[in-house]
Amino acid sequence: MPITLVVGPLLGVLILNLFGKKAMNGLAFTLACAIAIAQMALVLAFPGFWTADAGFLTEIFGWDAGVDSLAKVMFLAIPLVTATALMVGRQVIGGADRFFLFANLTILAMAGMNGIVLANDLFTIYVFLEVTAVASYILISFGRGRDALEGAFKYLLLSSVATAMLLTAIGLMISIAGGTSFALISDALKSQPNHLYAQLSLALFVAGLFIKSGLVPFHGWLPGAYSEAPSPVSVLLAGIITKTTGVYTLVRLVITVFGPHPTTQGLLLAFGAISIVVGAIAALTQNDFKRMLAYSSISQVGYIILGLGGGTEIAIAGAVLHLFNHAVFKTLLFVNASAVEQQTKTRDMNRLGGLSNRMPVTGTTSTIAFLSTAGIPPFSGFWSKLLIIVGVWKAGFPGYAILGIAASLLTLAYFLAMQRKMFFGKLMIGFEDLKEAGAWITIPAILLAALTFGLGVAAPWLFETFIIPIRSIL
Amino acid sequence: MTIALLILLPLLGLWTILASSLLNAAIGLAATSATLTLVLFTIESPLAGVFELSVCAGLITVVFVSAISLTSRYTDHEMAERDSSRRKRFFLLPVLMAAVGAAFWFLGAEQPVLPELAASAAGEVREVIWTIRRLDLVGQILIVLSGVFGIVVLFKSRKECRCGCEAKEQLP
Repeated sequence: MPITLVVGPLLGVLILNLFGKKAMNGLAFTLACAIAIAQMALVLAFPGFWTADAGFLTEIFGWDAGVDSLAKVMFLAIPLVTATALMVGRQVIGGADRFFLFANLTILAMAGMNGIVLANDLFTIYVFLEVTAVASYILISFGRGRDALEGAFKYLLLSSVATAMLLTAIGLMISIAGGTSFALISDALKSQPNHLYAQLSLALFVAGLFIKSGLVPFHGWLPGAYSEAPSPVSVLLAGIITKTTGVYTLVRLVITVFGPHPTTQGLLLAFGAISIVVGAIAALTQNDFKRMLAYSSISQVGYIILGLGGGTEIAIAGAVLHLFNHAVFKTLLFVNASAVEQQTKTRDMNRLGGLSNRMPVTGTTSTIAFLSTAGIPPFSGFWSKLLIIVGVWKAGFPGYAILGIAASLLTLAYFLAMQRKMFFGKLMIGFEDLKEAGAWITIPAILLAALTFGLGVAAPWLFETFIIPIRSIL
Repeated sequence: MTIALLILLPLLGLWTILASSLLNAAIGLAATSATLTLVLFTIESPLAGVFELSVCAGLITVVFVSAISLTSRYTDHEMAERDSSRRKRFFLLPVLMAAVGAAFWFLGAEQPVLPELAASAAGEVREVIWTIRRLDLVGQILIVLSGVFGIVVLFKSRKECRCGCEAKEQLP
């Protein structure tokens, strides 16, 4: 019944709008959260759901393909981040009317992401990439300030370039495979891997998805979009949207469709490594904490791509685990950023200091998130980075593995600098009356911090349940 | 016939981008889509043609015109400044389009398209839309819904503010 993961959110939007904004304003948050929480429950507690026949829905929508472990990882991460963004939105978006619009767009983005994960056809992926992208442009410009509109416009422009590349690549693939399904294209690439159209199409696909992922040097849109978007939208964008539209799509296509190819592997390793280093160095030089987190995202996505480029089972398993971990700890960091921005009305780290004295929950959860990002045990980020580095080393690329370890030190450096400037030391004058942001920000922050710690401690369960089954699709 | 339409297509695209008013640009986009529909019919891709005509030339144009109805006109001075900067910004576009067109032309000559392409694209429209690509239809509905919310978020609230009403909501 996985098709309900696209149809359900669509029905949710229709129900919300059927009775008019005024009647449904109060229900928007409850319904949107219920959709997200139900999806998490389906992944964790209802294994039968994934193989059950959707009955009339299958008849109507004609989709009956299976769902593998990689997809389930994403089906868990998507509602987790969406529910968090909704809670942060409830706290910071003033006005029931505007929250109603935000909730609708968030559900639509969630449906788009679910569609990407569900797709087993290149054109279907393109359609749902567009669903998510259109909802994202509007969400980024939600604040309607000049900077937010500029961020949205940059994202729109670069995303359009990526879309043009993907569409051209799909066109070229059709000409050699005769269709757009994963199976047809995979067969065509195996039978004629050196066809000019096949190589051109692969290059266009990879470049288009690098733009969507925000990898260096295609990252121009990302810092502006992440930092200028309203806080809950930053959570959604950094936590899951770019991870699904760019990173997951790339992982899925490399694993399921393109297969191992030395040229693709070389590109992934090189661009992954460049992004790790450039993202980390750029993060070190930032004063705006949201921009710092944006550059940190670029660096962490570099690790995922490096693992994917490693190509071994262990490296790819590490990449998928880091994809999930990154969704969790980056969401937590942006939730904390929302709390600080909401309470202090500034994003300049030089104007902050000693916030842990007044915001201990935010300070503590921020420390947990950055330790996990830097790959410090026992937090979840340690395991995924370890798998990536061991996998890349075993694949015969020790240089890239050493670079990964060295860049982790850079990660630790910029996060320590951030923590010291914002949370440690003496409280800055003017913040004496500061207090924690409301419950809708602190509760998800505590839950995500517990998850970051819990995933690190429960790593064996995680491997058994989600990561080891990924080997079956490699 | 197809060659003439393929030459007309980028010219209409250029006109859409360079049009001095949003309304002309929306009309240009509709004309571009209609021309693309004709191209798709002439190369025996009725499915793509029907989609292009219904969604892009039809629905998207209606959405654009609705959005434009919520905007206000530039002053003559603003319009003159905008025209001048736009011409400078786009002067390389025709050259770029010609270069991309030439590249595809030569690529196509080197690597002829396999015959399966024509066979796969020429299915019966109804069967393809309602049997093979039904999930994509859900995606189309989601995109249109996102567009509608976009208009409300970006234009409607702004119009309310310009009319002198106080913005009812705080910005996030």
